[in-house]
Amino acid sequence: MIDMWKFTLRRILIMIPQIILLSILIFILAKMMPGDALTGMIDPNVSPERLEELREKLGWNDPWHIQYADWVGGLVQGDFGQSFRFKMPVTELIGERIVNSFWLSVATLIFTYLIAIPLGILSGRYNDSLLDQTITGYTYLGFATPLFIFALVMLWVFGFMLGWFPTSGSVSPGSEPGTFAYVMSKINHLILPAIAMALIATVNTVQYLRSEIIDTKQKDFILTARAKGASESRVYNRHILRNSLLPIAAFFGYEITFLIGGTIFVETIYNYPGMGLLFFESITLRDYSVVTAVVLLFGVAAILGALLSDIILSLVDPRIRIK
Amino acid sequence: MSEKLLEVKNLKTSFRIKDDYYAAVDDVSLSVNKNEVLAIVGESGCGKSALAFSIMGLHNRAKIEGNILFKDQDIANLSISNLNKLRGKNMGMIFQDPLTALNPLMEIGDQIGEALLLHNKDLSKTKRKEKVIDLLNKVGIPRPEHVYEQFPHELSGGMRQRVVIATAIANEPELLIADEPTTALDVTIQSQILDLIKELKDDMDAGIILITHDLGVVAEMADRVAVMYAGQIVEIADVHTLFEKPLHPYTRSLFNSVPNTAQAKSKLHVIQGIVPSLQNLPREGCRFSARIPWIDASAHEEHPELHEVSSGHFVRCTCYKHFDFPEGSSKEEQHHGIS
Amino acid sequence: MAFLEVEDLKVHFPIKGGIFGRTVGHVKAVDGVSFSLEKGKTYGLVGESGSGKTTTGRAIIGLNKITSGKVMFDGRDITGMKSKSDVRKDIQMIFQDPYSSLNAKKRVIDIVAEPLRNFEKLSKKEERIRVQELMELVGLSPESILKYPHEFSGGQRQRIGIARAIALKPKLIIADEPVSALDVSVQAQVLNFMQDIQEELDLTYLFIGHDLGVIKHMCDNIGIMYKGRYVEEGTTEEIFTNPQHIYTKRLVAAIPDIDPKKRQEQTQFRQEVKAEYEQSYNDYFDDEGLAYQLQPVSDTHLVALPEKG
Repeated sequence: MIDMWKFTLRRILIMIPQIILLSILIFILAKMMPGDALTGMIDPNVSPERLEELREKLGWNDPWHIQYADWVGGLVQGDFGQSFRFKMPVTELIGERIVNSFWLSVATLIFTYLIAIPLGILSGRYNDSLLDQTITGYTYLGFATPLFIFALVMLWVFGFMLGWFPTSGSVSPGSEPGTFAYVMSKINHLILPAIAMALIATVNTVQYLRSEIIDTKQKDFILTARAKGASESRVYNRHILRNSLLPIAAFFGYEITFLIGGTIFVETIYNYPGMGLLFFESITLRDYSVVTAVVLLFGVAAILGALLSDIILSLVDPRIRIK
Repeated sequence: MSEKLLEVKNLKTSFRIKDDYYAAVDDVSLSVNKNEVLAIVGESGCGKSALAFSIMGLHNRAKIEGNILFKDQDIANLSISNLNKLRGKNMGMIFQDPLTALNPLMEIGDQIGEALLLHNKDLSKTKRKEKVIDLLNKVGIPRPEHVYEQFPHELSGGMRQRVVIATAIANEPELLIADEPTTALDVTIQSQILDLIKELKDDMDAGIILITHDLGVVAEMADRVAVMYAGQIVEIADVHTLFEKPLHPYTRSLFNSVPNTAQAKSKLHVIQGIVPSLQNLPREGCRFSARIPWIDASAHEEHPELHEVSSGHFVRCTCYKHFDFPEGSSKEEQHHGIS
Repeated sequence: MAFLEVEDLKVHFPIKGGIFGRTVGHVKAVDGVSFSLEKGKTYGLVGESGSGKTTTGRAIIGLNKITSGKVMFDGRDITGMKSKSDVRKDIQMIFQDPYSSLNAKKRVIDIVAEPLRNFEKLSKKEERIRVQELMELVGLSPESILKYPHEFSGGQRQRIGIARAIALKPKLIIADEPVSALDVSVQAQVLNFMQDIQEELDLTYLFIGHDLGVIKHMCDNIGIMYKGRYVEEGTTEEIFTNPQHIYTKRLVAAIPDIDPKKRQEQTQFRQEVKAEYEQSYNDYFDDEGLAYQLQPVSDTHLVALPEKG
């Protein structure tokens, strides 16, 4: 177990330079963007001299490393700057959105695995049967279909034509936070975007699980289990499934990266007020301080996802744990 | 003493490839007695492993014809659930590569314990652990309490094979099938493992089918030997007869191609051509004829059968009577024997 | 001056550990090995898994980094030479597994011609002729150069590996367990063939193996390795009939005897050797369980023993 902690600690230490590098990249990108927050606020009556004075006062004429240090210093205290479109601190703006996106992601992950595990198992266990071919056919369709088109079709069919689900927002207007109706409304708003994203996201996992199972089925230790007299169900449950699900568990962290990409499309299409929509809006509105903050958070989430994957893998696989 | 444990009669194991069935094991009959080691020798593709798998019922999609009588019960086409009452209890199997034969994600203790659990549901957890520790001791693993909680990759090859053996003998089976049990091991470890198998055999009074390609291992272990070529037994005899007076051309060629017996630096005998693949097995006539083309076709039988040349010594086809090695052949074969 | 001379060769692999992945120790895969090869002879390097025999072979040809020591080939120092250097032409390697050592996606002509392309500028036509000649030399039909490795049997594949190894007319071939993955009858083909081309091309072999039967058949001199060090070196005769080191004795005793009548004898012999091994272990190995330096017992026979006095 000590090895386990050593491994985790080392893995976390590796993360530090990753995050520093990420922040430098984002800082440079932000500086390279045309204009600054003041350009957006200009009142034509304010004289250029006054603007220059303001810039000086805000430290925007300092050398880059001092600006960077100021920026990072702010970040550490939770200060992401000011959104000049929404006229409120970015931190506050992100605060609401991040919760919405979090729940959307959780719902998507749940659906992803609810679909992937049974399909992957069936497909792998009965490989080359008609059932397997049907499931594989679905995964190929999933690979080929762009998420934004699929999400639009889902919205049109289930939101507008059938009217089963709300078509925008994250909760019905007028719901009282804390009530049961409020929670149900939240869930109701989540389901359609989450399913749309999960149906596409899951095909990777289905394929991965299928090939893991087919691979494990042919391993020698499966023969050993049969030679011991283990029933088919025991062979599958104790040996094949366990061994095939572990790499899937490790894959979990990387799903987060896919989710980030997915939320941008899906939240925009479903007009769901999360980080993805905020990112999209801020880009079109040139609200750079928000864009920088969102990109930074996305980056950190991806890095944390990879960390999570590695930790899960080291937890479940004794071969890595020992190393 | 010679109580018959297993009797295989006219076994034919075929696999479907595209629209046809191909027999990997063809018309094999043999028997194993209690406390006897029957060695099955042959090169890759001769069907020796397919035969072992047929007996254990481990083939997935094979057509099995003929009879496999285990203590007078025909197990050739037994349902899996009935087979599972025998596998691991009355019949155990040792595999070639001890690393892949063990589940990498399961503790050693659980893997051996599973064999106990499956055939004795009433055994309590603590009793089971005690039994596993006993087994680990029995197969000569030091510090069994520690190894119990280890994973396969933490053990050396020899130790892993001991674990595989402990699993196979957990329920003291009457029949033990060892499929190339020492091929993946170093020579000093090999002799230890072979000694262990011998010891366990005497201990449990078990019958053993030892599958190997190594004639040295056969000489050390076997009571009787069956030589297989292209899915058939071409010669079967007790070990002394077979090593003193091998008759079938294939058996003789095999002996002559082993460096051990030949004079150092001299040329080894080379069998012409290659072992035919499953789809290219000759279905008629003497299967070895293509590899001894200098022997006249009339020497072979049309439908080669096993002939009893002396008590318990059987040879397939009549060609052995006319067989001789071509003089100084090996050099020519080097350059022309291969496509 | 010997043809190939290895002097106090050491190959140590670092063990990384701790939170920052610093080097916390070394695996001494090869730990001070010296031997020399006569031209035109076959030298057997024997040992069990983990003995360092393969690493030694790979270090000589430059596939493993040499920690210290010297490798002299034909009078030149080739320690740590670059893989494209000229000497590289003269030393080639044959690998153990004919299934994985050939690139499955390449045709035979591309596999065999690869070293030619690296070292000789040949036209397409010249190259084709050379490859066809090589195929004929290894006993494969020249027409089969457009086939893929999977279309050949194991023995044939090993011949393709050999054709590639001899394409540049090397002087030394390092054969790393060249027949371990093959059936006995195929093994016989490959061994015979290796002997044939040794005469024809005046080759010197460093034959790495664990099968003492094969080693005895092929080699003039033998070195026995254990845990990265030599325990004994001598002519084939000396090693097999007069082994001096307890480890060699045990190794030789472990070889299964092909005569079933000698079973009893063999078992007894093994028990004696085992008893001797357990009794005199401390006389032959140091505190770390490693072999001592080699001491000569005759002109050709060296045994690892503690220095007297």
